[in-house]
Amino acid sequence: MSTGLIAWDTATPARAPLVETLHEWVTTVDHKRLGIMYVLYGLVLLMAGGVEATIMRIQLIRPLNHFVSPQVFNRMFTMHGTTMIFFVAMPMVFGFATYLVPLMIGARDMAFPRLNAFSFWMTAFGGLLLYSSFIGGDGLYGAGNAPDVGWFAYAPLTSRTFSVGHSTDFWTLSLLVSSVGSIGTAVNIIATVICMRCPGMTLGKMPLFAWLNIVMAGVAILAVSPLSAAQLMLMVDRYLGGHFFDTQAGGSAVMWMHFFWVFGHPEVYVLVIPAFAFASEIIPVFSRKAIFGYPVMVAATIGIGFISMSVWAHHMFTVGMPSNGNTFFVLSTMAIAVPTGIKIFNWLGTMWGGKIQFKTPMLFCVAFLFQFLIAGLTGVMLAVAPFNWQVSASYFVIAHFHYVIVGGILFNIFGAFYYWFPKVTGRMYDERLGQLHFWLFVIGFHVTFTLMHIPGILGMPRRIYTYEPGRGWDAWNLLVSIGAFIQALGILVFVGNLAWSYFRGKLAGSDPWDAWTLEWSISSPPPDYNFATIPEVRSRRPLWDLKHPEDPDWKYE
Amino acid sequence: MSPTNIFAPVSTPAHAIFGISMFMLVVTGAIFVVVFSLLVYAAVKFREKREDNGREPAQVYGSTQVELAWTVIPVLIVVVLFLAAARVIASIQNAAAPPNAISVTVVGHQYWWEYRYRDLNVFTANELHVPVSDPAHPTPTFLTLLSADTDHSFWVPRLAGKTDLIPNHPNHMWIDPHETGLFLGQCSQYCGVQHAKMLLRVYVQTRVEFDQWIEQQRKQGAAVVSLGRRVFESTACINCHTVAGTVANGRFGPDLTHLMSRDTIASGSVANTHENLRRWIRDPSVFKQGCLMPAMGLSDAQMDAVTEYMETLR
Amino acid sequence: MSSMSVSLPRPQPWVLPSRGVVGMCCLIAAESAIFTIFVIAYLFYIGKSVTGPQPENVLRVPIFFTVCLLSSSATIHIAVRQLHDGKERMFALWWLLTLILGALFLGGTALEWRRLIYDEGLTISTNLFGTTYYSLVGLHAFHVTVGLIALTSVAAFTALRLIKREHAGRLHVLSMYWHFVDAVWVVVFTVVYLIGR
Repeated sequence: MSTGLIAWDTATPARAPLVETLHEWVTTVDHKRLGIMYVLYGLVLLMAGGVEATIMRIQLIRPLNHFVSPQVFNRMFTMHGTTMIFFVAMPMVFGFATYLVPLMIGARDMAFPRLNAFSFWMTAFGGLLLYSSFIGGDGLYGAGNAPDVGWFAYAPLTSRTFSVGHSTDFWTLSLLVSSVGSIGTAVNIIATVICMRCPGMTLGKMPLFAWLNIVMAGVAILAVSPLSAAQLMLMVDRYLGGHFFDTQAGGSAVMWMHFFWVFGHPEVYVLVIPAFAFASEIIPVFSRKAIFGYPVMVAATIGIGFISMSVWAHHMFTVGMPSNGNTFFVLSTMAIAVPTGIKIFNWLGTMWGGKIQFKTPMLFCVAFLFQFLIAGLTGVMLAVAPFNWQVSASYFVIAHFHYVIVGGILFNIFGAFYYWFPKVTGRMYDERLGQLHFWLFVIGFHVTFTLMHIPGILGMPRRIYTYEPGRGWDAWNLLVSIGAFIQALGILVFVGNLAWSYFRGKLAGSDPWDAWTLEWSISSPPPDYNFATIPEVRSRRPLWDLKHPEDPDWKYE
Repeated sequence: MSPTNIFAPVSTPAHAIFGISMFMLVVTGAIFVVVFSLLVYAAVKFREKREDNGREPAQVYGSTQVELAWTVIPVLIVVVLFLAAARVIASIQNAAAPPNAISVTVVGHQYWWEYRYRDLNVFTANELHVPVSDPAHPTPTFLTLLSADTDHSFWVPRLAGKTDLIPNHPNHMWIDPHETGLFLGQCSQYCGVQHAKMLLRVYVQTRVEFDQWIEQQRKQGAAVVSLGRRVFESTACINCHTVAGTVANGRFGPDLTHLMSRDTIASGSVANTHENLRRWIRDPSVFKQGCLMPAMGLSDAQMDAVTEYMETLR
Repeated sequence: MSSMSVSLPRPQPWVLPSRGVVGMCCLIAAESAIFTIFVIAYLFYIGKSVTGPQPENVLRVPIFFTVCLLSSSATIHIAVRQLHDGKERMFALWWLLTLILGALFLGGTALEWRRLIYDEGLTISTNLFGTTYYSLVGLHAFHVTVGLIALTSVAAFTALRLIKREHAGRLHVLSMYWHFVDAVWVVVFTVVYLIGR
């Protein structure tokens, strides 16, 4: 049922010169364009991070392999982790938020459009700075090559004594720069959601997507700042002769760990909460039901946001905290499992009694549910400190967090790509290629990351460029590496589908999914100004109310 | 059977961890089975059917009872798991050393392990010897963990969970293996280029064998006069290594006084044979590229002499 | 969408908080998190310097300059009120006073540092106390400097008669930043000169 807005003809009659188009994009402050750039940037760096992972998996495919030197391998795991967290996952979730939040709340742009652009370019530049480190090469003492201190850069390995040259500085400076962008976008999201909702959209009536992104932004502000502080301290140590983490002068290596993980743990919630947001929009639409338990979902997310700031030292169970300290963090970590589990149950409740359509976005979100369940349960296991003492810093932990980040977050990101691709581009993706991507990727994912738990149980630590034969790890590493190649194939199908569909996909229209939030009420792609008239809403699903005037949501909310 | 399987414990801490791990697996396994089944059921039972013809299902917005149920039950599970974990944490971390415990100071280096049995006046490297412990009359070994440079971690899965070695932050752990044998592990906190080859070898011996080993380690080797020794003492070797009874008293590298009593060199990564020893001394980067021992640029004759000298260090 | 609004009862005027105020609150939250980390490091390292000058021996409590900075909070508040009431000349005077008080504070910090470095031999690399002291006080001084640059810019616009009554909202947001900088000084002062000495 058409919502009667002007449909602009988006096929421009004459193409502007390339220079003009580039100039438009580089100087834009339009949230939609910035959102697209954020997401495409993340996609490109996903390839880079994937290459780094592939190099590692080839090196580890058999014991005592010589595919790459230890120096190169150590750079690979450092760059892979740093890239994926800061320059893939964060830009992608920020990008989707930047594009969609104003549309979903009936606004014409974000609260601070110029800050929006500034934040994007700071993030983008940070990534460029990080990757320029590869060009440094092996000068004297390896000065200027890519960082090799691990993505959490523990002290005192990062001191001038043990990290000669500038490789660590690339890590520090590129993240300091991109953190400015992260905080800027987070501030922008909060101000947009609080100050720019359309009339009638009280906080209790905005889509869960908006709620979850505002919680994410709040956590980001409180989490990224400690990392920047610690990195400033590291620079003081490295260049001004400071002693923050200088153990010879009485400094504390453990303090770096505390500061880093005060950032590092909430950071993973910054990544996963937007992933929850995608699921909370996609699962209802493809189950043909409203989200089950909206108020509880909001409360649970806020609870997760708060508790996430109190669990950080579960990354430090092995550093020798007193038993009381360890015990506290066991409790707080297990506590966070409760609201997280509640969310899984609510998504299940949404599917229950529905009429589920297994289109590509829903395939990815349902796989997310299964995989996140497992990831959450291995997380509960890891919260049991004694068990953690065995498998911390082992492949069990790597398997756990990739289950969350790939099996949880990336799967939801794929779902989001497919779900909103028609809105952003005006065209449908190819459904069969989407399904092919799904099956290739889910099989590859499980071959790699389900099996990866086993070498951890069998004693294989992380960050080792090779391993001894005879420890029982060989066959598992071979299989894990094979799964990586299968996933790579899936990614190729994905990118190919996006590219082909952008040019040749079927025209989508404004509402191909028969969905219920405001972005589906305008054309695909949306006009520059988003809404000709600022909408007024009366419930959480304004389009449901329009399509079902006999049974509108506002009667039941 | 993997020699580093965390579920094949031979020492009390590893046993305690095994116990609570099994309990935790049962609980999480049960949760998994229940939720997994519900998800599968929902995905199958509530599929869109062709007959539906675009009719929307009943819109259900929530249910307070259901929300309460699936909040309260997880909270109870969390409480139970937490209490079980707290007990094991206390039993491992707060255990006091009995008077007959062996005490060893472990110092982590890039990329080798230093072992100092202070009370017994024994200083060695890379291969830790401890006595077996009878559960009825335990003789555990208590380790004090220090670091000379960056962070390391001591992980021998069948004996205990890992504990980190952090500079300026002494840590403590204990093991009481009930079986004799050789138990393997390796450094588990990234410490630099050759982190992967900082292997752990723990020899659990009968009391008699252990006492013999201690005796032998305390002995100073007979003074040897040889070209090899002269090469060793006039090259920078003595700045990093110690050989008791000679001028070599460096602490940067492993103590070599009883080098030939060890099965391996290069912290467990290479067998201690004549050929390997020679190749290692000639150029350590052949086995451990990036390790901190330099190639000294010795001639072939000097190489042979030094290797021969090393082989007298029993 | 227009068909929707016809059937609705006319709602109350739809008023949402100001973007500037919300944005500044978020910035203040982020900066507070950064300062918290530096404060924690300072507190943790009290008494842990192995060598070198100790706080009780070399620190002098900067009462006068603290009074300057804290009163500048009062003066900036008054200035914004004056502008809000349309009194542009009074606004300019109080704004200038704020600028002077802030500059005095910064000058005081510079004087103290000169004394510490040249007379007492305390630099950022001397010991843990030097590292944490210069970092924490320096981070605050940096924020004061940024604030002063903003205040000076506004003073310049005022001199060019470009600041009008309708800008009071934006200057209120800027004054929030200034109040934050003063509040941080209260914390830093307490930690460095009271607790740490």
